[in-house]
Amino acid sequence: MRFVTVRNIVVAALLIFLALVPIYSTMSGNMFLMTLFTRIVILAIAAVSLNLIMGFGGMVSFGHAAYLGIGGYVFGSMATEGITSGFIQWPLALAVCALFALITGALSLRTRGVYFIMITLAFAQMIYYVAVSLDKYGGDDGLTIYTRSQFAGLIDLSNRVVFYYVCFASLLGAIYLVWRIVNSRFGMVIQGARSNDRRMQSIGFPTYRYRLTCFVIAGMMCGLAGVLLANQADFISPATMHWTRSGDLIVMAVLGGMGSVIGPVLGAVALLVLEETLPHIISVIGGALTGQSMAAAREYWALVLGPMLLLVVLFARGGIDGILTGRHRG
Amino acid sequence: MADALLKVEGISKRFGGVVASDNIHIDVRPGELHAIIGPNGAGKTTLIGQLAGELAPDSGHIYFDGQDITAQPAPVRAALGLARSFQITSLFLDFKALTNVVLAVQPNLGHSFHFWADARNEPALIEPALAALKRVGLEHRAAVTVANMSHGEHRQLELAMAIANRPRLLLLDEPMAGLGPEESSRMVAMLRELKREYPILLVEHDMEAVFALADRITVLVYGRVIASGDPATIRANAEVRDAYLGEQDEEFVDG
Amino acid sequence: MLLFIEQCLNGIQLGLLLFLLAAGLTLVFGIMDLVNLAHGSLYMLGAYFAATFTALTGTFIGGIFLALIATLLVGMAVEVIALRRLYGRDHLDHVLGTFGLILFSNEMVRLIWGPAGLRVALPDWLLRPVEFIPGVFYPSYRLLIIAVALAVAGLLYFMVMRTRIGMLIRAGASNREMISALGINIKLLYTFVFGIGAALAGLAGMMQAPILTVQIGMGENILILAFVVIIIGGIGSIRGAFVAAILVGLIDTVGRSFLPEILKLFLSNQAASTAAPALSSMLIYIVMAAVLVLRPQGLFPAAGK
Ligand SMILES: Nc1ncnc2c1ncn2[C@@H]1O[C@H](COP(=O)(O)OP(=O)(O)O)[C@@H](O)[C@H]1O
Ligand SMILES: [Mg+2]
Repeated sequence: MRFVTVRNIVVAALLIFLALVPIYSTMSGNMFLMTLFTRIVILAIAAVSLNLIMGFGGMVSFGHAAYLGIGGYVFGSMATEGITSGFIQWPLALAVCALFALITGALSLRTRGVYFIMITLAFAQMIYYVAVSLDKYGGDDGLTIYTRSQFAGLIDLSNRVVFYYVCFASLLGAIYLVWRIVNSRFGMVIQGARSNDRRMQSIGFPTYRYRLTCFVIAGMMCGLAGVLLANQADFISPATMHWTRSGDLIVMAVLGGMGSVIGPVLGAVALLVLEETLPHIISVIGGALTGQSMAAAREYWALVLGPMLLLVVLFARGGIDGILTGRHRG
Repeated sequence: MADALLKVEGISKRFGGVVASDNIHIDVRPGELHAIIGPNGAGKTTLIGQLAGELAPDSGHIYFDGQDITAQPAPVRAALGLARSFQITSLFLDFKALTNVVLAVQPNLGHSFHFWADARNEPALIEPALAALKRVGLEHRAAVTVANMSHGEHRQLELAMAIANRPRLLLLDEPMAGLGPEESSRMVAMLRELKREYPILLVEHDMEAVFALADRITVLVYGRVIASGDPATIRANAEVRDAYLGEQDEEFVDG
Repeated sequence: MLLFIEQCLNGIQLGLLLFLLAAGLTLVFGIMDLVNLAHGSLYMLGAYFAATFTALTGTFIGGIFLALIATLLVGMAVEVIALRRLYGRDHLDHVLGTFGLILFSNEMVRLIWGPAGLRVALPDWLLRPVEFIPGVFYPSYRLLIIAVALAVAGLLYFMVMRTRIGMLIRAGASNREMISALGINIKLLYTFVFGIGAALAGLAGMMQAPILTVQIGMGENILILAFVVIIIGGIGSIRGAFVAAILVGLIDTVGRSFLPEILKLFLSNQAASTAAPALSSMLIYIVMAAVLVLRPQGLFPAAGK
């Protein structure tokens, strides 16, 4: 094991950068940067959790954004009902996520392959429509949340810097947790079941219950991201769990690299930074090429992103992490 | 036959119109190597599948150590001590050889709901796994990714995983499938070793090997047992000759 | 009672539209083993083409006809340029690649047709309700949708079960080597099958065009309903898709209109009107879960899959 590799340097640099964002933001007065990176860090948690089941467990869930929504709605509805203590909100949000993961996972994991992809997608869509029908909590328009989670005065989430570091610490915690899990006996079973489930069974592992447990853990981790996301936005709406959001999470994991714990973090940063900057890049390049103002071109960044995904699929299956380590999958 | 370790009582299995197992009665006693022979498509793999718990028989019962295991799923049977190998290699291709065997060791240590401790360097896992690799002569290949190993090595690894599973009975499905003559004779030597330690139900196409190793032979044709007995009896059996041994040359082309 | 009949017709109509979508999906999956998330984009494209061509030609039928051909061609082009490269790769690759395609086509549509929604006008003769059972009036256009979709379903069944192409398609699902050995150009066959699937999706979209607003992303939610249909029916089975589509259409439509009344029998008015919308939107997913518990491979598992 070598520790000084290109990959590790990039990862270390990224983590240091993430740790310094609030300091830079506060000093330069560029608050937009901090808002952007708070969001990136939160979605990175979601992507890391998805990668636990998808990258390591081979369970391609196309409904992971459901947990962002469930976490957010449990927090939001409680805040609306006047229960503002994070000590109650957060565990309850995770418990509801666990329950949802347990029920839908128990059903979905009876199936394989494409069925699994479609079923997780369908269950997420179900929750999406439930949220749409919740008139009491804003229905289609979403729910504005007036109070962030209160932690008995110990942590003040309305302070942006504090909030950022809570998110960042959660991300580090999530990465560490997944890293421990992946290298534990439990993680061996999960990865074995991805590689050859039939053989795992014949060796003596009842893989279903291990996979289901893993599915629940990932759901809860993503639920935490959902609570944070709704706290940041002071808002939650069904759009948070639209199936294209689940697609975004998959893109982050694959773009970053599913082979490692940290890959999805790289993917989250890359995708969301790209999303912010690609419109500018397009208009600048377009302007230079045509000599005309290409301000309108900004809107069409997805024209570039879409085919880019296809190219990643075809030529860079190991994602960014794979490129950095020289490992290529597929 | 009260002393049989594995006892199969009249199992039958159909796939649509094909009768793959037709009221099969067999048993394996402690200390014995019981070989199953029969032409391709006779239902040997299907039989192993039902014994290991991957396929459910349509009727009949399977007893292991006196306990009716017919309704038990594969993992439970493995935990009881039934270890199988696969005719068509079924390994963890993207893992290292050692990791493959480590996975086979792991269920011996109880459940795997251990989320925290690092399993990569656990002596309780690694040491038995290395020992099993050594048994089959693969210890020097421990760190190689399985996808990059040869077919012969895959067959050896299959065997190592079965042993590492701490079995009380081995179900081996054509361990010599696809091996060259030299590799085959090494495998025979290995099986002779294993036979001293474990009762074995061996499905094999290689007649020479079967007659060299088996204490008892059962002949399966179209899912039916047409003969069963010690090697000399089977060799002398006219029906077996007609149905099977006589046309060996044709039957073994696609071995 | 009248309302019930009307709702049933609405349900059947939705079901038939879902069938058109699901048939293409299930064909493409059954034969090329490709998960195509961008199938909904073809539905959207069909609607946009219909809007453009009806405006251009000034006739509804002519516009639909041109739109059908255009969607077929676009589908085949997409297969040749992009999707062909995804065959034989794992399903996650399909998901990602076709997800990228969705992003691309949404932006493309915005670029060509602009961000505002479009409307498609119906000719007069399709606007009049018809009294098809004494006392029961039903919009003639909706009846037309039902008739067309039924005709297409029959045609599709005939094509798959009775014709040489259909034989190839069925053989493709079970035996790739055999068709190649027969010297049939499997690439061409795949392109053709994808084109048919695209045209079916497009047809569904263009038939919806006069009822709904034609807008970006219109294919995305209905695509998921089509997935539910396929899961219930069994992946790769046209017959399963048909049965499940009608089932889903009926349950969804009838459930939404009558669940509040049914709940009121058990719950207080207040509770019923709160629970009903949530429950009725969950209904088809509950049905899907039930099917999964009883038959994990769907109602009509395709042979050999
Ligand atoms: N999963 C299955 N589905 C349908 N037919 C099967 C299946 N497995 C085996 N068969 C059929 O059962 C018969 C016995 O097969 P098998 O047990 O593999 O034979 P052997 O191992 O003796 O060569 C063959 O005719 C085979 O085609
Ligand atoms: Mg066999």
